[in-house]
This record gives sequence, structure tokens and C-alpha cells, in this order.
Amino acid sequence: MTALIIRGGHLIDPAGGVDALKDILLKDGRVAEIAGPGKLKAADGAEVLDATGLTVAPGLIDMHVHLREPGQTHKETIATGTAAAAAGGFTSVAAMPNTSPVNDSPETTRWMQAPERGAVVRVFPIAAATRGSKGEVVNDYVALKAAGAVAVSDDGLPILKDSVMREALAAASRVGLTVIQHAEDTRLTHTANWSASMNAGAVAFKLGLRGMSNEAESAIVERDIRMVAELREARPHLHVAHVSTAASVAAVRQARRNGLRVSCEAAPHHFLLTDEHVGLYDTNAKMCPPLRSSADRDALIEALLDGVIDAIATDHAPHAVHEKEVEFERAPNGIIGLETALGLSLRWLHKEWKLPLGRVLNLLSAQPAALLNLKGRGTLAVGSFADVVVFDPKAEWTYRAREGKSKSHNSPFDGWTMQGKVRWTISEGRIAYGTCGAADGACAPSSTIEGV
Amino acid sequence: MTQTVAPARRTLATPPVAASPFPFHPGSLLSLDHLTLESLSHLLARATALENQDPLTRMRILAKRRVALLFYESSTRTRTSFELAAKSLGADTTLVSDKSSSIEKGETLKDTGLTLRALGAEAIILRHPSSGAAWLLESATRLPVLNAGDGMHQHPTQALLDLRTILAHLRPGVTTVTAETLAGVTVSITGDILHSRVARSNMLLLPRLGARVLLCGPKELLPELAAQAGPGIPPQRQGPVAGGPGIEITRDFEAALRQSQIVMMLRIQAERLAGLQLDLEEYKAAYQLTGPRLAAFAPMATVLHPGPIIRGLEITAGVADGPQSAILEQVTNGVAIRMAVVERALTASIQGGRA
Repeated sequence: MTALIIRGGHLIDPAGGVDALKDILLKDGRVAEIAGPGKLKAADGAEVLDATGLTVAPGLIDMHVHLREPGQTHKETIATGTAAAAAGGFTSVAAMPNTSPVNDSPETTRWMQAPERGAVVRVFPIAAATRGSKGEVVNDYVALKAAGAVAVSDDGLPILKDSVMREALAAASRVGLTVIQHAEDTRLTHTANWSASMNAGAVAFKLGLRGMSNEAESAIVERDIRMVAELREARPHLHVAHVSTAASVAAVRQARRNGLRVSCEAAPHHFLLTDEHVGLYDTNAKMCPPLRSSADRDALIEALLDGVIDAIATDHAPHAVHEKEVEFERAPNGIIGLETALGLSLRWLHKEWKLPLGRVLNLLSAQPAALLNLKGRGTLAVGSFADVVVFDPKAEWTYRAREGKSKSHNSPFDGWTMQGKVRWTISEGRIAYGTCGAADGACAPSSTIEGV
Repeated sequence: MTQTVAPARRTLATPPVAASPFPFHPGSLLSLDHLTLESLSHLLARATALENQDPLTRMRILAKRRVALLFYESSTRTRTSFELAAKSLGADTTLVSDKSSSIEKGETLKDTGLTLRALGAEAIILRHPSSGAAWLLESATRLPVLNAGDGMHQHPTQALLDLRTILAHLRPGVTTVTAETLAGVTVSITGDILHSRVARSNMLLLPRLGARVLLCGPKELLPELAAQAGPGIPPQRQGPVAGGPGIEITRDFEAALRQSQIVMMLRIQAERLAGLQLDLEEYKAAYQLTGPRLAAFAPMATVLHPGPIIRGLEITAGVADGPQSAILEQVTNGVAIRMAVVERALTASIQGGRA
């Protein structure tokens, strides 16, 4: 494997305590050496990327994506989804199990990580918490973890039965896995005759759409936290996926004050948009949990600024154009997000709301790495994986969903101004996005990474 | 666990909400929100002029133009009056319903719309159970689309024919409406507001003409936030005699009747009450419009109902057939209003100002 030098960039590695101009040598998929500008020792024969004026940071980690493979390859594949991840600066993505079939087995978990899938960044499967994600029978977490699962979740089909959730938390704690819950009491948001399709409130009333109440989310968050408290001895780790309400954030904040292992993530659309952005039935503003009120959105911003929210995760959920081009109530939930998360976070969290760059990057790398226990990632300390993003922090650009790498284009941020342009994404020492810096342009622009 | 939202430490700028797009086609009627009072007045005037016109002359206005009726829900009044209206202007009409078409085979609304356009339809009249379906059809076909009821959202021609009926009773001869035309008028709308597109269309239209809309019903069918639904409509006023244009809510039917010049009743579907654990007999005791109630609390009011009526449920047969009822006048007004709306659909110019 060739060595790679990133020269002249501003290295920001909050976990490693670095915030300075540094050259960095990547070798054999690892960070080999970090030195002041021009001071690298073992630089012979390495390919050089000139990062003058650019920021060099740990590759981003998205702990909540849907890659749609196996089963729904017309929406996305592991190859296209990871290409989109690389274009967005991500070097690791954790893939939810709501594939077809549901990833509830070691076989599927391994299949998703196989080199044949053509991933250009690392895919970490999140296995189903229960068999078929039906919420009845807890899976064999020992086998799933051995196959490479980094967490368990029935995302989208939350575990409603108390007994099953308690068992999942206990079983996961025994093997050191996190239980990720999509908190939604689906008994309140679906009936035999209808399904709610947006946030409950005045906007939904005016549009004549059935609403999902805040309580449908926060009631599950609060119940799950009660269970973590009951199981306190076992120290289970509950991670609340895509929090969207002020009450959920308040519940997580209180749980942490009580010393419980409860974490949460927020998606850019939830801290940027409100139910008003549904406009006139824009199906690219339909997701679950839905876009909430401005009071909820503001509570999420506060929670990002004060540290209650641990990670920014996109809930990247590709759907084909024809699937979204239907009546709002019939359209599938979800939007893509891998190619806009960094640009939106820098534009709003950093530039507008003044969250220091290092903390924004922590939310996108070191903290999700810690939540999923991804050793050697989320930092560029010597010896860690050579997962790097190099971006121009000042560059403003306009996002065009149709020009993205994802197979799907369902984004409410089409045409939005982004800040921070990714120049290179390097996954375990290989350039996964961006053109090679060599004068002759000889190196391949991207290559797939080896399987586990 | 407290659920209160902590006050924001600072005021933060957030991304703006883009203005809702206008309909693509100036002949479309998707909701009344986009219709100016001038356009509204023009439609009312055209309805009267067309109604009075010699039928043989009128038939030349849209002679041999093609209008498709696309109905995903059953309908008597709306479908027939749109059809008669279009035919009165000379247009050819064709009816496509979900029960006897490729819709049953899974064809999407977009594809059905494109097919109708390819068959030569110049305008589509759509009735659909999903809120917002008319926007989808218009954006897919770029044809003028007339919303004949979309889910729980809007039923604009119903509100227009209701307005024409109200004007005939309270402001005879008036066709030019302004923000003061219905000043001092209270219109009560009673029944299943939550599921009603008729209620939404009327409650968003009438306050723009100066009326006070009093929504009445049990909380299961009338959430408090209904009063906040309209842009530009003042927030809910306290007390039953506050007056002034806007939307108010009351749970007391007799108090609502006492204040109303117009009493609009909505259909109650028994199965909906069952789903909400509402007792039918309790509902009738509180909200049924009966002869004695009408005589005691609103002896001068005009009674409206968009139909279909369920005699003996929300309204008694005696009231429906009684002297204060204008229910059949509404139906007749529907044809005149829909003539004006269909004429506008096929004569509005893309280049011209959006009406």
C-alpha cells in the first residue's frame, strides 16, 4: 500500500488535542506520523496531497444511515451509499437493519461488509434488536457482535413491549452493545384506517394531514430511560436515535444527570427545519420523526450547543423519485443526508450559531466513534486508522441533489447554500473521494476497501 | 419529568421558510388562499352572468373543449354539478373514477393525469381522498386543475357556493366582495371540523370578507388549534361576544346558534364517532340541529349544509326541509359557481397575471 502525505493543512483533531498546522503521513491504512510543516521524517516515495489553506480532520462518522442493501437496490446500494458518504466527508457509516431481508443474522451482517459490496468507506452494520424487527424475540447478540455488528436497533419499528425492551437492554449490556431506539409509540401514530404523516399542530390541521404528537416520541424515550434506570446494575447503554422534541431532549438531559448511560443523536433536518417547511405537501420534507415546531427545533439547537446531544447523524434514507412523487400521505418517510451534513453543520452550527469548529467535528466524528465503540476512529492520533477528511472551511457552495453521488435525490436542501467543501476523503489510507494530488494524476480517484 | 421548553438563551437566526409556490397554472383552483378578493368578485359576477345567459349562447363559450373529471371518491353533488357546469358551457366531459379504471390496477395519480392530458384533456377536475393531491396532479400535468375536494384539506368550490348562498340571503345583489362585505356577520360551523375540508375552506375564506366564524363541536372533532389555522387571521378571541373577523371556538351549540346569522351544519359519520369513543346519543343531545333549538336560539338564521345530510343525526328532517333551510339553494348555486370556475380554468392565460 502506498503512503500518503497531507501537507500544509490545518489539522484539527479534538480527541487528540491537536489544532495547528501539521503535515501528516498515512501508511498501511494508519496514521504513521504527524509533524510540523515540512518536518516529516519518513516521507520518501509517498504521494502528496497539498492541503494548504484547508482543514484536515478525522473522517466523519455517521451512526445512522440506510444503505438499502440487501433488497432495495433501486434506492441505494452499499457502493453508491458509501460513495455519497465519501463525498460528504464520511469515512464510517453505521447501517440500519431495515433492509430486505432485515439484517437480523450474522450472515447478513457479514455479507454487508464483504468486499464484493464495493464500499469505498467502512460500513458498520447495526443489527436488528429482535428477530425480523418484529419486536418479539431478542436476537443472539453474541453472534451478531462477533459478525461485526456495532449496535442493535429495530429502527423504524420501535420495540414497544416493555418485556422485550428490557430483555434487549440487558442482553446488549452483557455483550457491550448499544441499543438504539427509534422512539415512536406507533400505536399513537398509526391506526387501521390511517397513518399520521407530519407533526401534529396547526400546520397539520391546516393542511388536513394527520399529526404525530410529541408525546408519541417522548413517551417511549421516557419509558426506555426508566428501564435503563431499573437495569442500572448492568449499565446498559441506550442511544436515542434522531431526537426531535424538546421533551425528549429534556428526558435525556435528566437521565444523564442521574448518571445513566443514555445518549442521543440529532439530524440536521431536525435542528434546521420546522413543520412549516412541509409547505404545500413537499414529500422531501416528510420523514419520521417529522419536522417539528420551532420550539422543538430551538430546543435541539440549544441541546447541541450545551452538549446534551452527542452526535449529528443524518438518517440518510434514500427513496426513488417515483416513490416520493405521490400523495403526501402515501409517500415513504425519509430524506438523504450524507452529502449535506457537513455543509449544513458548518453553515449553521459553526458560522451562524458559533459552535467552535472542534466541537462541530466532535459531533461528527469522535463522539459517534465513542458511542459505537469504534476503536482507532474519530481521531488522527498516531496509530489510529487513516480515516481523514480534508475540506475547505471557507468555501461556500450550492447543493444540487441531482448532482450527488447517492442513487436517490430526495433532499429538502436542494439549492441550499453549504459551507465547507470536501476536497478529499481518505478511508484507511485510500482516497475515497477527491482527485489525486500527484502532478501526473496517475493515482486512482477511489478504490474499494478490503473487507473484514 | 417536566416537559416545559427551556427559554432560549439567545435569539438565533434559523433558515427561512420559502414562500409557498403559487399554482403553476393561473386557471387552477387548488385552494382559496391564492385567490384575491378581486378574482373572487369576478368569479361571483361570472357565476351570475353565466346563470342568466341564454343556454344556446352559453354553449359556445367552451364549445368542444375537453374537461376530465377524475374522481377517487364517490360524489353526487360535486361531480354532477361540475359535469353540468362544463356541459352548459359546451365542453365535452369525461369521467374517470377509481372504481372502473387503471387506478384499480395501481396506476399512480401522476400517470393517470399524464394519460388524461395525452388524451386531450385541457383541464382536470379532481376529487381525491388524500390532502394535497390536487397540487401533485397540477405539478405533474401543468394543466389547470380544479380541486373538487382533497382529503381533509380543501373544497374551494363548496366554499364559493356557500358564499354565494350567504350573500343571496344577507347581501342580496352583492357580487363585488371586499374585506368588509360580511362585517358583523357570524357564521357558525358545527360538527366534525377535524375531518372536514368544507370547514377548512369556509373558515379560511369567510374571515377575509369580515365575517366571524364560530367553530362548534366536541374537542374530539374540533381541536383547539383549529383557531390558529389561518394565515393572517387574528388569534382566537376570548368570549362569545368579542365580534370582529376571525375564527373562534365554542363547545356550546346553543350559544353558537344565538349569535349566528348563518348556521352551517356538517355531516357526522357514525363510524368516526365510534373510533373516537364518542357516544352518538350524547352527540345528538349536544349538537343536533332540531326544530325547537332553531326556533329558540336562531329563529332568523339561514341553515346551510354541504351534504350529504344524515337526517336524524346532525340535523332533523324537519329542519332540513324547513323554511330556514337553504340546503337545496346551495346545490343550485353549485352549478353557477362551477360554470364560472370551469370557464376561468380554460380561458385564463398563462402569460396573464395569476388570478
